[in-house]
Amino acid sequence: MGSIHLKQVTKDFGDVSVIKPIDLEIKDGEFIVFVGPSGCGKSTLLRMIAGLEDTTSGTIEIDGQDATTTPPAKRGLAMVFQSYALYPHMSVRNNIAFPLKRAKINDDIIEEKIASVAKTLNLTDYLDRKPGQLSGGQRQRVAIGRAIVRQPSAFLFDEPLSNLDASLRVNMRLEISELHKSLNTTMVYVTHDQVEAMTMADRIAVFNGGIIEQVGSPLELYNNPANRFVAGFIGSPKINFIDIEPSTIDGTCSLGIRPEHIEISTTGGQWAGKIGVIEHLGSETFLHVHVDGHDTFTVKTSGDCPFKYGDEIYLSPQKNKLLHFDATGKTLPNIA
Amino acid sequence: MATTNSRALARLMLVPSVVLLLAWMLVPLCMTLYFSFLDYNLLSPGTEEFIGFMNYEFFLTDPAFFESFFNTLLLVGGVLLITLGGGIGLAILLDQAIWGRNYVRIMVLAPFFVMPTVSALVWKNMLMNPVNGLFAHFANWLGMTPIDFFAQIPLLSIIVIVSWQWLPFAALILLTAIQSLDREQLEAADLDGAGPFSKFYYIVLPHLSRAITAVILIETIFLLSIFAEILVTTSGGPGYASTNITYLIYTQSLLQFDVGGGSAGGIVAVIIANIVAIFLMRLIGKNLED
Repeated sequence: MGSIHLKQVTKDFGDVSVIKPIDLEIKDGEFIVFVGPSGCGKSTLLRMIAGLEDTTSGTIEIDGQDATTTPPAKRGLAMVFQSYALYPHMSVRNNIAFPLKRAKINDDIIEEKIASVAKTLNLTDYLDRKPGQLSGGQRQRVAIGRAIVRQPSAFLFDEPLSNLDASLRVNMRLEISELHKSLNTTMVYVTHDQVEAMTMADRIAVFNGGIIEQVGSPLELYNNPANRFVAGFIGSPKINFIDIEPSTIDGTCSLGIRPEHIEISTTGGQWAGKIGVIEHLGSETFLHVHVDGHDTFTVKTSGDCPFKYGDEIYLSPQKNKLLHFDATGKTLPNIA
Repeated sequence: MATTNSRALARLMLVPSVVLLLAWMLVPLCMTLYFSFLDYNLLSPGTEEFIGFMNYEFFLTDPAFFESFFNTLLLVGGVLLITLGGGIGLAILLDQAIWGRNYVRIMVLAPFFVMPTVSALVWKNMLMNPVNGLFAHFANWLGMTPIDFFAQIPLLSIIVIVSWQWLPFAALILLTAIQSLDREQLEAADLDGAGPFSKFYYIVLPHLSRAITAVILIETIFLLSIFAEILVTTSGGPGYASTNITYLIYTQSLLQFDVGGGSAGGIVAVIIANIVAIFLMRLIGKNLED
């Protein structure tokens, strides 16, 4: 139980249309990530699913029931906020118990549920502390605990990791993925970080300017982006774009090639360039190569890279990995 | 720049103002203390003599003292109750998105800028007057006998007037506190199934506790020394029905020219204020700590 179906959903703030008609089917048990640049409407759509924002038009169905105008508490969804939104004057125990107490559940059952949630999330020792006495990661876990204790049909996460430091973020990413596997509940996760999207999602929905550019599995989006925007947004380091003379055969206006699909040679190749900054990551190396007549190319190569700043090298793309885009940015089939 | 040098210099530069402030406070206090042990009446100058605790004995055993003591507590308590209750309600209303909200907020603050004597006069002559007052007209229109506020319910009338003055203050402080409440907490409570009452009781009210404490402490300081409103409206009467400690000291020292007795009353008032302060800090002071 936990399928969400959006049908022609829109949202206007005054004259500004934030969400243009969106259709999306979120399957039961799925981990779907909404990703996109800030202001693209992903958080607004999540808040509309939660019931915190009114829907201007269209319908939101939860488990087959029209829930467009259902109040938030009645939708059976739980949300984890960016600021965690813990109740600062209540202990961790009371924070987690709050939704249960509002639902008038028996005290013994509440105690039992809190104990089990605390155990799952390693919060048992902190139950009597106030949120102010916890670290960022612990607060995050309390917020998740408050969400899972209600046994909702779906979880909504609104950029939950953006307030954590980098190493903690990696840990929490794993914990949330782990949680999803063990609970098997639908999760809708909003982030602007494409790494989070790629690592956690079953499916990713890429948002841009109030519309969904593409929905698909992480690798689908990575290998077969529907357009130039998705190609540029997914993948780190970013894909290289090459603007070319419009092709007379299929109308290709620009090419895209990912950093790991470029061959390096010291003798000859398609483009001659000069190495700029070199980023050594140990396992791999990123070269920023200045190519005459083009932007800087990012090239990914092995960790034991022999080049140094200022070296002249030649680059050539793996032809079958080239992405072709037409004048509107749409991806064309690779005919090479 | 927290070197030993700069700190020493900072202390040195603070000295003049600290000395001035201390003198400003200590000289009158010591003089009052000194006068309170004297038989000092302005009607018989030159006969001052030391009489020990006699002034205190007279002041504290005066039946008027007890009545005015309880009146003081009633006045402070009543005004606090009305301003906090009304202030929270008003703050919640002012927090709503309404057209011209900024102007409404300024208008609401207006009573606080009216001088106590002026507002007391307005209430006395234009609103509560049993013949010409607005309330009397209203009562007549309803076919009821107008209430003679300052004769029948003098203390309550003064509580109402003072509350009217202090309500905007409380509302403004509480409004700023409400505005600092994290909206996501309310949204989380929405999702957790909390109704409007639960949200108010479990989230808004605890969030306001610090502001409420500040309002109580600040108002208490000022309300213990309410004077102008009583002088203008009831002159403490009928009998001692609307006399508070401050007003009793005034009648003692200025109406009876008894500087010694008035000073003793003043010292008693200082002690009472301190007891109230200690009591309040014990009771609610922990809200101000983090």
